[in-house]
Amino acid sequence: MDKTNRPIVLEAKGLTKRFPGVLANDNINLKLHQGEILALLGENGAGKSTLMNMLYGLYTPTEGEIWIKGEKVELSNPGEAIDRGVGMVHQHFQLVPPMTVAENVMLGSEITSGGGRLNMRQAIRNVRELSEQYGLAVDPTAVIEDLPVGTQQRVEIIKALYRHADILILDEPTAVLTPQEANELFRIMRDLTAQNVSIIFITHKLKEVLAVADRIGVLRSGQMVGTAMPEDSTETSLAEMMVGRNVILRVEKSASKPGQPVLQIQNLHVHDDRGHAAVEGVDLEVFAGEILGIAGVEGNGQRELVEALTGLRHIDAGKIRIDGQDTTHFSPRQITELGVAHIPEDREKHGLVMPYTLSDNMVLNRYFKAPYAKGLIMHHDKIDENGKVLVKEYDVRPPNVHALAQNLSGGNKQKVIVAREFSSPTKLLVAAQPTRGIDVGSIEFIHKEIVAQRDHGVAVLVVSAELDEVLGLADRVAVMFDGRVVKILPIAEATRERVGLLMAGSDA
Amino acid sequence: MTTQTDSKAKPSRLMAIWRAASIPLAAVILALLVGAVILLISGANPIAAYSALAKGAFGSTAAFGRTLEKATPLILGGLAVAFAFKGGLFNIGGQGQLLFGAIVAAGVGFGIDGLPFIIHMPLALLMGSLAGALYGAIPGALKTYTGAHEVITTIMLNFIAINFTDWLADGPWKDEGIVARTPAIAEAAAIPTWGNIPAGFFLAILAAVATWYLLYRTTTGYEIRTVGLNSNAAKYAGIKVSYTVILTMAISGFLAGMGGAIETLGVVGRYQPGFNAGLGFDGITIALLARTNPLGVIPAALLVGAMQAGSSQMQFDAHVPFQIIDVIQALILFFVSADMIVRWIVRVQPDEGEQVTLSTSWG
Amino acid sequence: MTTAAMAKTKSRGDYVRIVGLIFGGIVLLGIIYGYITNPVTTTAVLASTLRQSTPLVLGALCGLIGERSGIINIGIEGQMLMAAFIAFLANVYTGNLFVAVLAGLATGAVLGGFLAFMSVTLKMDQIIGGTVINILALGLTSFFYQTGLTTQGKLQAIALGPLAEIPLIGPVFFDNPPITYATLILVMVVHYVLFYTRWGLRTRAVGEHPSAADTVGINVYKMRYINVIIGGSIAGLAGAYLTLEAVGSFERAMTNGRGFVALAVMIFGKYTPFGAWGAALLFGFAVALQTQLQFSGRLEIPHQFIGMLPYVLTIVVLAGFVGRTRVPAAVGKPYEKE
Repeated sequence: MDKTNRPIVLEAKGLTKRFPGVLANDNINLKLHQGEILALLGENGAGKSTLMNMLYGLYTPTEGEIWIKGEKVELSNPGEAIDRGVGMVHQHFQLVPPMTVAENVMLGSEITSGGGRLNMRQAIRNVRELSEQYGLAVDPTAVIEDLPVGTQQRVEIIKALYRHADILILDEPTAVLTPQEANELFRIMRDLTAQNVSIIFITHKLKEVLAVADRIGVLRSGQMVGTAMPEDSTETSLAEMMVGRNVILRVEKSASKPGQPVLQIQNLHVHDDRGHAAVEGVDLEVFAGEILGIAGVEGNGQRELVEALTGLRHIDAGKIRIDGQDTTHFSPRQITELGVAHIPEDREKHGLVMPYTLSDNMVLNRYFKAPYAKGLIMHHDKIDENGKVLVKEYDVRPPNVHALAQNLSGGNKQKVIVAREFSSPTKLLVAAQPTRGIDVGSIEFIHKEIVAQRDHGVAVLVVSAELDEVLGLADRVAVMFDGRVVKILPIAEATRERVGLLMAGSDA
Repeated sequence: MTTQTDSKAKPSRLMAIWRAASIPLAAVILALLVGAVILLISGANPIAAYSALAKGAFGSTAAFGRTLEKATPLILGGLAVAFAFKGGLFNIGGQGQLLFGAIVAAGVGFGIDGLPFIIHMPLALLMGSLAGALYGAIPGALKTYTGAHEVITTIMLNFIAINFTDWLADGPWKDEGIVARTPAIAEAAAIPTWGNIPAGFFLAILAAVATWYLLYRTTTGYEIRTVGLNSNAAKYAGIKVSYTVILTMAISGFLAGMGGAIETLGVVGRYQPGFNAGLGFDGITIALLARTNPLGVIPAALLVGAMQAGSSQMQFDAHVPFQIIDVIQALILFFVSADMIVRWIVRVQPDEGEQVTLSTSWG
Repeated sequence: MTTAAMAKTKSRGDYVRIVGLIFGGIVLLGIIYGYITNPVTTTAVLASTLRQSTPLVLGALCGLIGERSGIINIGIEGQMLMAAFIAFLANVYTGNLFVAVLAGLATGAVLGGFLAFMSVTLKMDQIIGGTVINILALGLTSFFYQTGLTTQGKLQAIALGPLAEIPLIGPVFFDNPPITYATLILVMVVHYVLFYTRWGLRTRAVGEHPSAADTVGINVYKMRYINVIIGGSIAGLAGAYLTLEAVGSFERAMTNGRGFVALAVMIFGKYTPFGAWGAALLFGFAVALQTQLQFSGRLEIPHQFIGMLPYVLTIVVLAGFVGRTRVPAAVGKPYEKE
């Protein structure tokens, strides 16, 4: 709905932010009208979060002005933004896990009774009132770390409303929600705007933007390249604005020709770091020459499943066979030796050693093999040679094998891992969140490489929280919910609605 | 963004060494300056003090020999801490490991008769070093299997080692007479001194080179460094982290134990309590001064060793209590650590001066 | 998380509690038996327990206040030592015990500020920062200490009237010098502030999830500075205790590892004041009991092994408990505003 004739509650004029060596936001102009839902669209690295951090007082603009409700402001900390009615719901929740909802909501604006003593009873009452007023059901006495993700997000929203925010900034709010939960969030957003709350909503998901926004702003490489109305836009037109060229949204691939089963999982039980059951009886098979995609909201056991498969996590019960061999209790090295490639979910935690050079990272899990080493002695010249070849083949930038991994962009870091994993004979590829947080160019590259592996007869298992990625790559789709595979569908039957329902635990 | 070609990748060796050494050098100079201020406050003459110090460290071949002698256990203590740092561990137990190395070396030295030098000395040296290795492996195992942080356990083990070696020297291994100490070691077990130069110093240099080689040219070294930098990635790489942690502490203890063994076999000639207190902390200063580089430990140890060797001359000539050396060492430690961190923060910014339109994920 | 798993986690906590209660019961029975058979010795042992535990409790309080706000303090030993020395000097040169105690508090606070500076502003590795304090303290106190300085007396016990007459409990709890009393009060005060006040809530938030606190306008750096400085002054009180109440003079390196044992006490006490108090009493009791048995000739152990006891106990406690304690999540990591 076009609300551009309403009063302007927030405006950015020529907003610019420079970091040493990087221009994150370049001369951005933005207007938010009262009761409007403005969607800010941009791919990873476009500068959305930087912009929001400036509007919330976490960053100081290098140049430009911010006007809130007709007044020019200079925000030096979030407290000042909060005072003017700006509230932010962060992508990574800013909640203290071992504390209760009420404690989290009142943190920083605590209610005290004489001498600093906390008045918990009043705080609990206030939270209850707010949750009723805005239809956000939460239990004020619950402990955050016991709450499901959707509920935690509601706590974040209440936190903002508690401080009388009437301008809300939501940063990638649907990253951790099922399609149904996302719809529920959209309902809440519309209810809020009906009560004259104005919302800026940051995302890189085109479908959502078309579903809920009143107006769309597109950021690309730190610049605002234009605004659009959802009535006049399509996913393709928005994608082109986001990326600046023709974008093919579907991954091009031919039909799969599946062969023998390479990965066979039987009745797998694995528990997580806190001792709770994470994988509760999973049966799965992946065949050579096919891509099996695992869809599901993060936190339903996918991470533990992948770690169990690759030897990084202890298995409580069940069996895993790779290429006919029982690998249930194999170490990571033994599994790699069988021809298993693993693109880990957290590239900086598991996949790379940041202070190491590219060439050292390229042999991270094969440093002990010929020709890189003989017995105890390592041959650094051979390691460098290997690095040079791979850096060229996979277009890693900068193409300098002595560069340190920590100085590369996210996309290039991922390419280093992909180069390493794909450079030896592979029977099974396990890719977890393979394109998380990287630019579109690298995403396309990696998707192409994954399909190429499949076409070479490799069995591919892709786990992704991005439903579109799974639907784009997979030949068969398995949905994980609550530690189990609730259903496996051939791609033809895997519609968004059906998969979304399965992701939320219903039987579709 | 300009891309670099490979040939520009490696800066010249000399530039690299200069850049690496400038921080420690600055730290030492600053510490000496602050030390001078403290001396002035306590009523002493810093110039007289420092020149006496230099005389006592380098003024004659005898002095120079003393410096090398002092530097020897410092090299090994520094190696022990630096090596553990590379593996991601903080070994403050150098003192305890050194004590065990010293007393076991003494035990092998006096307890066995009739062996020729070729066997006796290396045997005593080896057994002492292994004793240190075992004592170092204990906190390593504790960390691996129970999660107990090695900073506290190694310090506790230091106190335990002091008590235990005291008891050995005062009890079952006591020499005849009143003084609590072990009997002297056999001639054949002693490490010789050539003129004024202790041969043990060259053993220490050898150990430093061997350590460097182990860390940077072998698969074991690669594994240790990887665990030290990112134990999750190490697991992913197939490295057995628990085994590596224990091995790292064992090697670190081996080095410290060797330091103690060389002291016994080359300098003191027996074990007596009150032996070289504080070496654990000295080792930390030296390791950080050397920026945890095994080869850098040598000049760092020579510097501190010179200060320690010259301190008695300074006390004699300028009437300054030798503990000022402890203060200066602590100051060096502070300046080195602070500098390192500040430099690290600054270095994180990319080298390019031009502005680059965003292509990394800031958003 | 399934309900079955939840039940399992809960019962594990219950199990530990039951074991703790049984153990406490045994100790209590032992004390009663000891009192009946030999009242003088038992009272002496218990009084000694309280005395041994005082610096440990104070050191643990210092450590836990810092850790709750996210800063690891390995330098408690150095803070205690330096404060002990300064308090001693103040006593020698002014003869005023009260001034001397204040001097100790101030010293601890200054060193706390130094640690905060290294950890929060310079963003140094906190363990290295703490080690720097330890080395500096050892070096400076050794350098400036000259033998032969005499103190002007030490802090004497103050009996609290009729309360001190109660058998067993009286002489142990109600006939103590001031710092020992202060310690007991501090345990309660710290507990109250940490868990019932706005300051405590913010401190805990800063230690668990500093960016959450930052985004609601709390100054993470300031909170950490203040907490570490307050903790430092408590460590300073422990140092003052050593020279002004316990011993009456100074000796090189007289803290003897207590600062590190205090860390084990803190962990064992699960980062809570009352837990630390209980853990410190346990340590103190073990040492007092062992010394008593040694004197009474019941145990033929070389004195060096008695000396080892607190350190061995520390390792045992760490090995058994550190993995099972929930540490504030952001502890040890310097906070970077992004």
